[in-house]
Amino acid sequence: MASDAVAIHGPGVATRPWVETVHDWITTVDHKRLGILYIALALVFLVIAGIEAIIIRIQLLVPHNHFVSPQVFNRMFTMHGTTMIFFVAMPVLFGFGNYFVPLMIGARDMAFPRLNAFSFWLTAFSALLLYFSFLGGNGLYGAGSAPDVGWWAYAPLTARAFSPGHSSDYWTVAVLVSGFGSIATAVNFIATILCLRCPGMKLSRMPLFAWLNLVMSGQVLIAITPLSAAQIMLLVDRYLGGHFFDTQAGGSAAIWMHFFWIFGHPEVYILIIPCFAFMSEIVPVFSRKPIFGYPIMVGATITIAFVSMSVWAHHMFTIGMSSPANAFFTITSMVVGVPTGIKIFNWLGTMWGGKIQFKTPMLFCVGFLFQFLIAGLTGIMLASAPFDWQLGNSYFVVAHFHYVIVGGILFALFAAFYYWFPKITGKMLSETLGKWHFWLFVIGFHLTFDLMHIPGLLGMPRRIYTYEPGRGWEIWNLWSSIGAAVQAIAVLIFVGNMIYSYFKGPEAGNDPWDAWTLEWSVSSPPPAYNFAVIPTVQSRRPLWDLKHPEDPDSNYE
Amino acid sequence: MSELATAVPQPWTLPYRGKVAMACLIIGESAIFTIFVIAYIYYIGKSLSGPTPREVLETPVFFTICLLSSSVTIHFSEKFLERGKRGAFLASWFLTILLGGLFLFGTGREWHHLIYDKGLTISTNLFGTTYYSLVGLHAFHVTVGLIMLLIVLLFGLAGRIGPGHSLRMQVLSMYWHFVDVVWIVVFTVVYIVGR
Repeated sequence: MASDAVAIHGPGVATRPWVETVHDWITTVDHKRLGILYIALALVFLVIAGIEAIIIRIQLLVPHNHFVSPQVFNRMFTMHGTTMIFFVAMPVLFGFGNYFVPLMIGARDMAFPRLNAFSFWLTAFSALLLYFSFLGGNGLYGAGSAPDVGWWAYAPLTARAFSPGHSSDYWTVAVLVSGFGSIATAVNFIATILCLRCPGMKLSRMPLFAWLNLVMSGQVLIAITPLSAAQIMLLVDRYLGGHFFDTQAGGSAAIWMHFFWIFGHPEVYILIIPCFAFMSEIVPVFSRKPIFGYPIMVGATITIAFVSMSVWAHHMFTIGMSSPANAFFTITSMVVGVPTGIKIFNWLGTMWGGKIQFKTPMLFCVGFLFQFLIAGLTGIMLASAPFDWQLGNSYFVVAHFHYVIVGGILFALFAAFYYWFPKITGKMLSETLGKWHFWLFVIGFHLTFDLMHIPGLLGMPRRIYTYEPGRGWEIWNLWSSIGAAVQAIAVLIFVGNMIYSYFKGPEAGNDPWDAWTLEWSVSSPPPAYNFAVIPTVQSRRPLWDLKHPEDPDSNYE
Repeated sequence: MSELATAVPQPWTLPYRGKVAMACLIIGESAIFTIFVIAYIYYIGKSLSGPTPREVLETPVFFTICLLSSSVTIHFSEKFLERGKRGAFLASWFLTILLGGLFLFGTGREWHHLIYDKGLTISTNLFGTTYYSLVGLHAFHVTVGLIMLLIVLLFGLAGRIGPGHSLRMQVLSMYWHFVDVVWIVVFTVVYIVGR
């Protein structure tokens, strides 16, 4: 039986010189180590981009604040957005995918381990490149260091005339290179999931985690690539004197918007679908019930992937499109809410009648459900073109997408951290600190982002570095900033919890949550080869079958 | 679990990872080309100054035939390799490289003509920008393909390629067919629709 073989631990690395350990990590092609590297990279940049967010919130604390200059403020929101999307959210999700997709489908590694390492290092170096702009962005022009054109870098702001020096070059090359890394990772995920499943792991039995990462990878292939193409065009414009986005020569600034958002909107789903994957693994385990509506869940995910490719121009209602275009993008944007709603019902259906255990991962899942729903509701509001004409580019929009990204994606990620930390490190995270983290983060999150809707409704535009007193915005901005501080404290508790628990936490054992997917059948942390004997599965919950031979799931399939 | 192994479909076969990965790459590359083609079509006739496509472009019929027939030769060399006919494999593989190289030469000659005789560069006007980017992106893919084909040829001449490498050659051949199909699209857009 596989459980005899899995108790084997790798050779201890503690006794070896630290140089060799570092060398091992740098040259590794093991999907688990690369997963950890991805997650570590993302956490470092989470802190950096978090500090940038705090700087933004301090500047907006009171009217006429002089904490930073307008130029620095522009750099802060540009770097915050770019970093959070490309160097926090993407790497951390790829990290979890890397670590757990092979384990969940019963494989010993990804399909292309060296390509996998290459993808990681592309991501890491593009992140360093972006941040090197603080030192190198000046060029010979004395024209400002870090990119300051906003994370969507609209033309013609990125043209040589308006963006001298190298700041925009750092942005475009960093995003291009990280895009290549993402595409290679997507290829790797798809090849792994389609070609390396263990015997019996039919597509219809695959954990939803693997299914959703498969769909996400498909989206990466068709959504990140347009961004790469647009970045190549921007480089042609900036370095070879091209005219793609040069309105002086007949080029169009609007076409950049189209190219950017045909990436930009699916990107939201590229980020949220892996979070749906976390939800679909964690909610059943803590509800002590199998997932409700497995096939519907897969179908809804694929529907989201398709529909989300045709909603991009809802980011562009305010540029003045034709009425049919407005109608089309309004309808498609509302339609994408349907499969997403189905998913929420499925998770609720999973919890319904279950013996729910409110451990920290489950708390974050419940937070996700609640907040993601509200984020979806403001999304439906903004999907309506006339409403968007009023509130496009206001703080209402900022509040909406932070509700998705923080209230949705980040909450699901925290759930994933608490759920899988024991598998990755072999130690349990502290429940007490976890609950402190959860409640403080919930309070901070709602303070910042619930209140942020209101100055938006009152007409506060995004990306302004300061504002006049007497418009009724002060109190909301003040409390938003206080909320940001509460969130920062919660994140510090989280980091502290990870460090403390890594050294002092109780041993996790193979299967601390009494879960059902294959990663819990091996030791924590898993051996380098994952499975001494490649497992054979009979149902969607192989560990249930193992623990309950008298009533295996396979009887019901 | 082994006692339940009867529920596993026998034999347990999954697709070859190389082909799946190449198919994925082709999907991604198609999206990149789509964006460049959209930009090209969108900017047809939008240049504020000359030269225009109608004035300077000549349809490269011969070189197009070269590239498209290289798809046929690589297909045959795949079949030869499967059947273990090493000489025929190498000959038709070499022919593929020759035809691809000819096509690339054709692109180079056309560019030389446009730059030195017609004064059209990538920064001249919108047509120049979109034309050199789209055709150049394709030529770049041909070049990458040729390098890979050449590596295989060198290994083949050294006697290191046998029927066991058939699957890998099929992966390479997928890429080459893709490059050809892209050319059909680029050809249609640039030399037929664009004029």
